[in-house]
Amino acid sequence: MSVLIFIDHSEGQVKKVSLEALSYGAALAGQLGVSAEGILLGTVGMDLSTLGRFGAKKIHQAAQEGLNHLDAQVYAKIIADAVTATGATVVIFPNNFSGKAVAPRVAARLKAGLVSGAVALPDTANGFVVKKTVFSGKAFAHVALNTPLKVIALNPNSYPIREGEGSGSAEVVALSVTATAPKVKVVSATQATGEVPLTEAELVVSGGRGLKGPENWGIIEDLAKALGAATACSRPVADSGWRPHHEHVGQTGIAIAPNLYIAIGISGAIQHLAGVNRSKVIVVINKDPEAPFFKAADYGIVGDAFEVVPKMTEAVKKLKG
Amino acid sequence: MKILVCISKTPDTTAKISFTQNNTKFSSDGVQWIINPYDEWYALVRAIELKEKDPSTVLHLVTVGLADTEPIIRKALAIGGDEAIRVNADSADPFYIAAQIADVARQGGYDLIFTGKETIDYNGSSIGGMVAELMDWPYIPLAVKFELNGTVATVVRETEGGEETDEATLPLLVSCQKGVAEQRIPNMKGIMSARTKPLKVVEPVAAETLTSIVSFELPPAKAGVKLIPADNPAELIRLLHEEAKVF
Repeated sequence: MSVLIFIDHSEGQVKKVSLEALSYGAALAGQLGVSAEGILLGTVGMDLSTLGRFGAKKIHQAAQEGLNHLDAQVYAKIIADAVTATGATVVIFPNNFSGKAVAPRVAARLKAGLVSGAVALPDTANGFVVKKTVFSGKAFAHVALNTPLKVIALNPNSYPIREGEGSGSAEVVALSVTATAPKVKVVSATQATGEVPLTEAELVVSGGRGLKGPENWGIIEDLAKALGAATACSRPVADSGWRPHHEHVGQTGIAIAPNLYIAIGISGAIQHLAGVNRSKVIVVINKDPEAPFFKAADYGIVGDAFEVVPKMTEAVKKLKG
Repeated sequence: MKILVCISKTPDTTAKISFTQNNTKFSSDGVQWIINPYDEWYALVRAIELKEKDPSTVLHLVTVGLADTEPIIRKALAIGGDEAIRVNADSADPFYIAAQIADVARQGGYDLIFTGKETIDYNGSSIGGMVAELMDWPYIPLAVKFELNGTVATVVRETEGGEETDEATLPLLVSCQKGVAEQRIPNMKGIMSARTKPLKVVEPVAAETLTSIVSFELPPAKAGVKLIPADNPAELIRLLHEEAKVF
């Protein structure tokens, strides 16, 4: 009996969402009185036994370089086989791009109940009930998983990384697999280097139509840089091509839950709020005191972004010395 | 060439979300129902474009829902497609729904299946992957671009902070998002012809329901905004640092 946690990685690095999933899986294993074990397909540039710091007892690794690139169909088969071999009763995925590709396949293959977008540990007092976001962040649902085997995909930034609760060192076990040839061929891949992926960012500075044009994005970027934050934008901004589509947050863009979300020149339409309302602290800068976003905000300044934002940047720089 | 597009009915994006029966049921009072935007704007329109390029293409739509789903599927037919199949069942369990779609897909002998990247109600992003697994097909999620050359598809998909270009031979299942196509408004000719397009109703196949929704919950209301004077942005930064402790 164990909780098996999928460890997602890219370019030799274990992703932050994987550490969240490990911490979550370890807490759940404690709750169920079973052991937490990780599964990693491919190779990374670190000593995997150190993942024991996050509570994992074992890490099952299929150390084949051919697996460094995620193929959902190939991965699902290997993970499903490992679930059966290790006798896991719960499988945890981060609900990022990788998890969204693989978790449903694993669940369907093993006929396991799936909850994707989990935001809290399961309630196991009476059955097995997991809280997840629904209606694009406008509400939560408590979903009962009615199968012996359960699959959970955990939303990024929803569970804190807990270090130092485990024994400290995990046993690394080689997972022997006969990898099948992927049916999807990767022709090319581009990665924005040095940037924090928006879904993983703890601080986000976001701009809307109030900025009047792409040429004014410097003030957003300067504040983001001073804070060490990622940049985002509203839908009209992405639709107008002022900013790339992958920066669009909201109901039809991506949903994020950073510690701090600073909305500049965004009125706060219900579709935009849906994508950001799980942010822990929301700051709104808008010259219109009637902007609906102020109702959802923790802090706000009614004022001209072009005057206020550079002063905020200055204050951050001063604070950080 | 046969394409199947999965269509789901969802509340309008501006709908105010509330619940009844002790927070166990979604309240449809005053809610406008729409085609799930990802299904309509991207999956359906891209499939129509493929049919326009190769008119011999057969384009079917499928939905899993009760009779009240029919206005939505008719609206989808008004945008395009040759016929629709409605599986007469209602479920919120992704495996049950995927099992129904996989059955329709097997019987229809399709080469390509499109879904939206997720529905805006349950946000599971799971039907596509499940159907692909049940069919033993490759699945490319979160596509931002789709091109077809004979039986080889070239798909650009979004990854964490980047993009990847993939190539796969049909059959293939792809989940679509922004970039794949542009939203189309149905015209009068489309609306008229949709009335006579076949809408087949089939009964569900036996499948297990693996999950159930116990209850819903709305997020707690915010305590209220703390406004800082516009001439003192430094005070805002101080509060974020010392009071909210977010950096």
